Amino acid sequence: MLHYIGRRLLQLIPVLLGMTFIVFMIIRAIPGDPAQVILGQQASEEAIKALRSNLGLDNPWYIQYFDYLKGLVTGDLGESLRTRTPVVDEVWPYLAATIELSLFAIIIAVIIGINAGIISAWFQNSWFDYLAMIIALIGVSMPIFWLGLMNQWIFSIELGILPTTGRENVRDPVDVITNFYVIDTLIAGDFNQLATVLKHLVLPGTALATIPMAIIARMTRSSMLEVMRSDYVRTARSKGLSMFWVVYKHALKNAIIPVLTIIGLQMGLLLGGAILTETIFGWPGIGRYIYEAIGFRDYPVIQSGILIVAFIFVMINLFVDLLYGLVDPRIKYD
Amino acid sequence: MGKKKFLSWTLLLLLLVSTALYGCSSDNGSEESGSEGGSTEEKQLIFGRGGDSVSLDPITVTDGESFKVTKNIFDTLVNFGEQDTEIEPALASDWTASEDGLTYTFTLEEGVKFHDDTDFNAEAVVKNFERWAAGDGEQYPYYGSMFGGYGDDEGHVIESVEATGDYEVTFTLNRPQAPFLKNLAMSPFAIASPTAFEAAGDTFGDKPIGTGPFKFVEWKRNDTITIEKFDDYWVDGEPKLDQVVFRAIPDNSARLNALLSGEIDLADGITPSDAGTIEGDENLQLFERPSMNVGYLGMTVTREPFDDPKVRQAINHAIDKQAIVDAFFEGRAEVAKNPIPPVISGYNDSIEDYVYDPERAKELLAEAGLPDGFEMELYAMPVPRPYMPDGQKVAEAIQKNLADVGVTAEIVSFEWATYLEKAANGEADAFLLGWTGDNGDADNFLYALLDQDNVGTNNYTYYKNQELHDILIEAQSEVDEDLRNELYMQAQEIIHEDAPWVPLAHSTPLLAGGNNVINFKAHPTGSDKLASVDLE
Repeated sequence: MLHYIGRRLLQLIPVLLGMTFIVFMIIRAIPGDPAQVILGQQASEEAIKALRSNLGLDNPWYIQYFDYLKGLVTGDLGESLRTRTPVVDEVWPYLAATIELSLFAIIIAVIIGINAGIISAWFQNSWFDYLAMIIALIGVSMPIFWLGLMNQWIFSIELGILPTTGRENVRDPVDVITNFYVIDTLIAGDFNQLATVLKHLVLPGTALATIPMAIIARMTRSSMLEVMRSDYVRTARSKGLSMFWVVYKHALKNAIIPVLTIIGLQMGLLLGGAILTETIFGWPGIGRYIYEAIGFRDYPVIQSGILIVAFIFVMINLFVDLLYGLVDPRIKYD
Repeated sequence: MGKKKFLSWTLLLLLLVSTALYGCSSDNGSEESGSEGGSTEEKQLIFGRGGDSVSLDPITVTDGESFKVTKNIFDTLVNFGEQDTEIEPALASDWTASEDGLTYTFTLEEGVKFHDDTDFNAEAVVKNFERWAAGDGEQYPYYGSMFGGYGDDEGHVIESVEATGDYEVTFTLNRPQAPFLKNLAMSPFAIASPTAFEAAGDTFGDKPIGTGPFKFVEWKRNDTITIEKFDDYWVDGEPKLDQVVFRAIPDNSARLNALLSGEIDLADGITPSDAGTIEGDENLQLFERPSMNVGYLGMTVTREPFDDPKVRQAINHAIDKQAIVDAFFEGRAEVAKNPIPPVISGYNDSIEDYVYDPERAKELLAEAGLPDGFEMELYAMPVPRPYMPDGQKVAEAIQKNLADVGVTAEIVSFEWATYLEKAANGEADAFLLGWTGDNGDADNFLYALLDQDNVGTNNYTYYKNQELHDILIEAQSEVDEDLRNELYMQAQEIIHEDAPWVPLAHSTPLLAGGNNVINFKAHPTGSDKLASVDLE
């Protein structure tokens, strides 16, 4: 097991390295000059030239890339060109905000998605099955900005039960400790604030959850249908076990593996793909951090931000692979 | 998934739902607007805006979102007027300028304290200017662009800044600079606590210390910046608010939703199409920011056929500006005929604009040897800006106008940074762009945007005219206001004749707030002082 993990981690190095190279080349291939953006429209030619050389942007690309790698080896993710702050120091609050939102979203997506998929498979071709799959189709195709703004209008303006944007009630701000506001309010023991923080998670969380929820539901359904036709399910049924236990205990165990893969992939996608949701809901997450960095041509932030997201993505996948072993004893790692 | 796991998931879901429900019932009111927000009886104003600040050390930045905040933490030596760019006393209660415009002597307010209890005096002012003059274009970009350079640079306007008394500062200039006082009123040249910036160095922006009405409290990046009342503020009776929170909500519709639900008290970047919603809501009020901008269609004069002034004049005649203003600015803009807006001193109102006349446009094209028109690319802005809420739609209207006179325009667009770079490189035939003034001076429009010195930076049209250049340079050091305005009048005539632009509109940016917001006055520079703002 440990041997397997070690091998997998080693395999990550060329993958991440290749990724830094691709990102590095792409962002330099697009036009736009960080020095010009930083200095603003008023800047003189000389100032821009001076800044470019100061930032090392006038070196050939391979030297720039090599310098970046040298920094990475020593744990230095570079310094934001715009805020002049090391990326390592400023990235955590954004990352925490996104992780909190993504976890919330994936929990919703998993609970609703898996159960909807199971019931659809159980009562195949029933009205529930059709309805659930139609809703899933709509969920996948629904533009998030439209859904998000509609939900804000319904739940905040018309019903007044949920806040429109942000992570907290800014009139009563959370004292930041870990940057996970749910945990921070728990530590402070302020349940009023905890409720407010959870309420702030609902709209962006559900908006973010729609697509993975739909995908998980469809995957669960098809995977369950396959298992439900198998011999041991028939055997279990004939032994007189209730359908509920057969479905939820015996069948699900075998059906869950492809679903786990999908959940892992979706979780990774949420981390980097929440830009729209973060924009609509004013959520200060890493997606927006990277997106705004692209607008400012803040190379180190783009490179390291994407690197961090990619690293988490592959770690989640590794974790999912290890989960298979727990779920299905037939899978062994050695 | 086993039985136990399934049960625990269900329990977790139940817990989540119940907490949320509990939350709905228990803390109603905390999301309501009004003065009893949160847990205190304090007057809190939440100001929603499109983006976060870059830094709170104002001299290091160029973006409006930073100045919006620093304007309330710091004071400048002199102030702009409440809603104009006339010069008023601030930290300097009085000043005199010598006849030749080379010496300025400022008398300072006494008894003013910085937020860290450092005394404000002549020494503090000197230390600020020494800090800036020792910098470079990378560290303090605005200092170099407004005062011509740093230290011993040849173009540097300021020769020396001396404390000629405890509360008297004397500036000696290398050459007269007409907009000198207007420059001093700009947000980047705010006076910071020397004790604090000497100790903090480059990190001064993380904990900014000024003499302004509000003290810095907390910054949650990309989310909120909180400032609170400074009890020892030197202006009696100000500030009225206990706390101001600036919240970044990038999406315009979401920001409006937050205002409608009472989560924020004030929102900027209101699109003209939403103005009706605000005016029809009895709980809200609409604020107009006096216009100090221009949106224009630039024509790159180094590219055929725009190298021919006749073609540029033809395009000017071909475009129906009034229709564009009515349709895409919802009438909240005035049609532009000059590069500078009318509020700016030196505006030439005697200029007769090119009337919308497709027939005349065709004649001019024929005279230029293009009776059948020509094909061109038209750059359309990808982002809404205060001076042009919807560049794509404006481009489509222009495309139609041009088609009427036989010119085929293909609309192209790029992501914003790319767009600016391509325009600066002179790659566009014609492009939409605009400008918001920094200091309310004509030089900041005409010289910055149309002088040959700035080709490749802000003069995207590559238009060069020696006669114009001589006038603009002369005007920079002409201290007699009337003579100076005369020069700018001439400059606008030359520009009108050469027609490198089609000036389109001077827009009125909009803000909205709850009805409980009192005495909010939007400033044309885009940074609003909130010292006298109150909440009912």
